[in-house]
Parts: sequence; structure tokens; C-alpha cells
Amino acid sequence: MKTLIWVEHDNVSMKDATLAVVTAAAKLGEVHALVAGSGCASVADQVAKVDGVSTVHIADDAALANALAENVAPLVAGLMDSHDAFLAPATTTGKNIAPRVAALLDVMQISDILSVESADSFTRPIYAGNAIATVKTSDSKLVITVRGTAFDKAATEGGSASVEAIGGASDAGISAFVSEEIAKSERPELTSAKTIVSGGRALGSSEKFEEVITPLADKLGAAIGASRAAVDAGYVPNDYQVGQTGKIVAPEVYMAIGISGAIQHLAGMKDSKVIVAINKDEDAPIFQVADIGLVADLFDAVPELTGKI
Amino acid sequence: MKILVPVKRVIDYNVKPRVKSDGSGVDLANVKMSMNPFDEISVEEAIRLKELGKADEVIAVSVGPQKAQETLRTALAMGADRAILVNTDEEVEPLGVAKILAKIVAEEAAQLVICGKQAIDDDSNQTGQMLAALLGWGQGTFANTVELDASSVAVKREIDGGLQTVKLNLPAVVTTDLRLNEPRYASLPNIMKAKKKPMDEKTVADYGVDITPRLTTINVSEPPVRQAGEKVADVDALVEKLKAVGAI
Ligand SMILES: Cc1cc2nc3c(=O)[nH]c(=O)nc-3n(C[C@H](O)[C@H](O)[C@H](O)COP(=O)(O)OP(=O)(O)OC[C@H]3O[C@@H](n4cnc5c(N)ncnc54)[C@H](O)[C@@H]3O)c2cc1C
Ligand SMILES: Nc1ncnc2c1ncn2[C@@H]1O[C@H](COP(=O)(O)O)[C@@H](O)[C@H]1O
Repeated sequence: MKTLIWVEHDNVSMKDATLAVVTAAAKLGEVHALVAGSGCASVADQVAKVDGVSTVHIADDAALANALAENVAPLVAGLMDSHDAFLAPATTTGKNIAPRVAALLDVMQISDILSVESADSFTRPIYAGNAIATVKTSDSKLVITVRGTAFDKAATEGGSASVEAIGGASDAGISAFVSEEIAKSERPELTSAKTIVSGGRALGSSEKFEEVITPLADKLGAAIGASRAAVDAGYVPNDYQVGQTGKIVAPEVYMAIGISGAIQHLAGMKDSKVIVAINKDEDAPIFQVADIGLVADLFDAVPELTGKI
Repeated sequence: MKILVPVKRVIDYNVKPRVKSDGSGVDLANVKMSMNPFDEISVEEAIRLKELGKADEVIAVSVGPQKAQETLRTALAMGADRAILVNTDEEVEPLGVAKILAKIVAEEAAQLVICGKQAIDDDSNQTGQMLAALLGWGQGTFANTVELDASSVAVKREIDGGLQTVKLNLPAVVTTDLRLNEPRYASLPNIMKAKKKPMDEKTVADYGVDITPRLTTINVSEPPVRQAGEKVADVDALVEKLKAVGAI
């Protein structure tokens, strides 16, 4: 089988999310990568070195600069004449583009796969991860999004793929990019961090969040996450949200501080290796999944912990 | 301008789903069902656009069993003007739903469709994007803010790194994220009024689309259960534990 994977990037560098997709695609067959963007040659060079990629198609066109689905999907659909499967990471970019490609090809997308069982069957989470479905497709072309935490990352060295420029991109003329507000941070990215410190509604304000959570995260070199309640209350930006409808994470250590453990939150972090919970309610559901729990007022316990490590 | 709002009847988000012991699916017998939370947000957004004078009519649509009438009544009680139930006992996949919606959009000459970003049962996150593809329209997914003009709609989207704004020509499809708005509760008088609002009943055959499933569910299983670990007495004990597992 010949697969085509979506390379996630910002026109300068490839994003890590791509690497798990390479691993998933390699289980199906030959891995071809699509770098669609504008002035994105450096990305293609990086992808060519990824272990397991055999060909890189680069589509360099102003219409592709911001990965607008209206412009990208027809390009991908066209490339599917010569590929059998399209795989994208289950990031906001992948989720935006892949279903549009699937509809153009008249196939069902298989969302957020956890494993490749065979050439036509896959497992995927449903009901916020409270059930795992094994599904088999009868479509002749596969369109798949891949859960990043479920597959190992392919090595970024060792490959020597050929890079081929392709044409065929155009502006569909129905949508335009206006602006972007991307939070810049020195911290590790949530989805690739080894340690995550997450805060919940209990923090009470953005000032308190900053005062209590940030120093602990700094000490641990951790990424910062949050529950939906903390995001909704405006303590932190929306892209900090962990859960069914936020980011899915599986770090070595996940610390849930003042987070009750609603199923929608658990859906995003219960595959973490070690879960630590600090909550003043000993019956909080988070303790049912926590490896290490401390029943305490976070405003006392967290500064003390930060001081002692 | 007409706005179409697709709403799905799903398990209530407060209920913990239980997998059937024979692995055939999730047990929905006697389980509380509600409108998909994202669709409540869509209904709210559509009604607000109408209240702002930017839309004339809000039509709620559901593809599902007879009981999905209740979901549509909720949409009507919130303020939608009328409803269409496409009655089927089959499970319709996002591609099938999108094909049905595309026909209704054409029939109604709707200019804007506001979907939820994801149904909390199948967690597919596909229908809106597929509908946009079938119609050849622009798509503003995971909307955090929607600004509608006569010929375009600006959508601020929640993306992994932050926020992105795109501008789409009308007609267009928008899919809603959680922070777009806070859906209202229907008042008792509005619930009464909703009973008299028109609800059309259709079948899939009325739209002449093939909704044969492409995916077969072979098995549904419980995810691995995580065992609760231990509680430690104080911060010192916590530090010891964290050291023991190599976390610090
Ligand atoms: C469709 C849908 C999707 C959703 N998606 C997500 C999602 O992706 N991610 C997500 O997180 N949520 C999501 N939610 C929301 C979810 O249901 C919960 O409402 C949310 O996770 C609760 O956040 P929380 O734990 O911070 O707040 P709460 O549930 O209010 O918990 C606060 C906790 O802090 C503890 N506490 C209070 N004071 C202190 C103190 N001084 N010291 C120590 N502990 C203290 C309390 O005991 C309590 O356990 C979703 C909901 C819906 C309907
Ligand atoms: N059976 C259905 N009836 C009406 N709307 C639906 C149906 N299925 C999906 N939708 C719409 O599509 C959105 C995304 O669903 P999904 O692609 O299944 O995650 C939902 O939030 C609804 O707005």
C-alpha cells in the first residue's frame, strides 16, 4: 500500500506531531509525505531525513501558506489517484483538512486511531475514551487521523527520501487567512512534554494560577495544562486545555492540581505514565486514576512542594 | 438569511457510558439522552445572529430516531423557528449525515450552517467539514467567535497553538467550539410555545441519498482500567514518592 501523510509545519520547521503519523503509516506500507505550504523547502529537507519516509512531495504555493482546508483538500484529493491512504495527525490542522479530503473522495474518515490492526481495521476511542471501537472499512481509499500519543515517534534522522516538487495547487477563492495569535512560550509543548503540571478551577484567578502553578512547572521543566473550567474562567489561554475536546496528552508525569477529574478531563490524560493529584476533597474522582494522591489545600501544598524540590 | 443548525441526540455528557458485555457497543437502554453539547452552542449562536437582525430564520435539523424529536423541541424552545426530523433507526455515519444535510441546504437555500465541532458519542469531528466539501463552501471550524456580514463571515478558530482568524465567503459552514457562547436555558413559556412550532418529518428516502455505512464496528471494548494508587500523608511523603518514580 502507498500512503500519503500530512506534514504538520509552520513553513519553517516540521512539527513533532508528524512523527507519530509516519509510524502509523509505515504499518500500512510505503510512506510518502506531503509538505504543502509556502516557502517551505526547509521543511521538506527535514522530512526527507525522517526514518521511514521514502518520498517527499513538496507543493510550494502562496495559496497553501496557511493550510486553508479549502485550498489544501483538492490538492490532496488529486494526489490520492496514486496513493491508497491519507494519514494526518489528529491536531486541529489535521482535523480540519482530513474530513474535507474524505468527502471529496466519497469515503468515511477513520478518526483518531489508536492502532493499526490490519490493512483495513483500526481501533479508535469513542465516548470520550470510555470505549474503544475496532472498526473495519470497506472504502477503497483510506482517510485517517492519528492520535499522537498512541504511536511512537519516528526517528528524525536516518532517512534519505527523495524530494519532488509537485504542482496543482490553487486558491479556491472562498476563504482567506486573516490573522493568527500564537502564544510564544519557552516551555515544552503540551503534547510532547515529559512532565505536565495542570491546574483547575480551584486556582481561582489567573494571578493565583501564575503564582502557584508556574513556579512548580519551572522547577520541573514542565509544560502547563489546565481543565476546561480553568480555561473558561480565563485563568489561562484556550490552547492549555487538556481533555476530550482539548489536547490529548500522555507524559511521563501528569500533575492534576485542583482538578476534580471529570470524564472529559480524564479522556485527555489518563494514559499518562504517572498521575499525581492534589485536591482537598478526598473523594474527588481524580484520585481513582491517580498513582500518587495528596489530600490537601493546594495553596499550602504546592508552594511547599515547589520549595522542597 | 436562513441558518441551518444540525443537532444530534446523544448520551448526556454527565453519564458515564458502559460498554455492553458482548462487545457490540455502548449500553444506551434507560440512559439519559440530551442534545450534543456543541449543538446547544450552535443553536445559541444562530439565535443570537437572528436577534442581532443578521438572520431571518433558524432551522434545526436532526437525523435520527423518532425520539430525536425531543432534541429538536429543545432547539425550538431555545428559539429556533422550525425543525426537520429525518427519521431513521439506522446509525448514520458523518458522511451520510453530511449528504442528507447537503440536500436540505439546497432545498432551503440556507446561507449558513452552524454544526457542532464533534458529537460526544462517536467523537468523529467530521460532519461539518464533509458538508462544506460536498457543497464546495468554506469552513470555519472550531469557532471561538463568529462575525457575520452580508457577504462573508469572519471566524476566529481555536487551533493548537492559539487562535486563528479566517474570512469565508458566504454561503459557509461553521463548527462550534466550547467557548463560542453560553447556551441559554429555555424558559417555561418558550417550552410551551415550542410545542406549536412546525416540525417536518422526513425519511432518508425523501432525499435519495445512499447512507450505506462504510465502517463496520467489529468490537467495542472497555479501555484498560487504571488502578487508583496510594494517598500520601503530606508534602514530604509526596516528594519521596516523586523521587521513587523518577519524576524529580
Ligand atoms: C462537551 C464537553 C466537553 C468537555 N471537554 C472538556 C475537556 O476537554 N477538558 C476538561 O478539562 N473539561 C472538559 N469539560 C468540562 C468537564 O465536564 C468539567 O466541568 C471540568 O473538567 C471541570 O474542571 P475542574 O476540575 O477544574 O473544576 P471542578 O470540577 O470545579 O473541580 C475543582 C476541584 O478543585 C478542588 N479544590 C477546590 N479548592 C481547592 C483547594 N484550595 N485545594 C485543593 N483542591 C481544591 C475541588 O475539590 C474540586 O475537585 C467538557 C464538558 C463538556 C460538556
Ligand atoms: N445524526 C445527526 N443529526 C444532526 N446533526 C448531526 C448528526 N450527526 C452529526 N451531526 C452534526 O455534526 C456535528 C459533528 O458530528 P461528528 O462529525 O459526528 O462528530 C454535530 O455536532 C452535529 O452538529
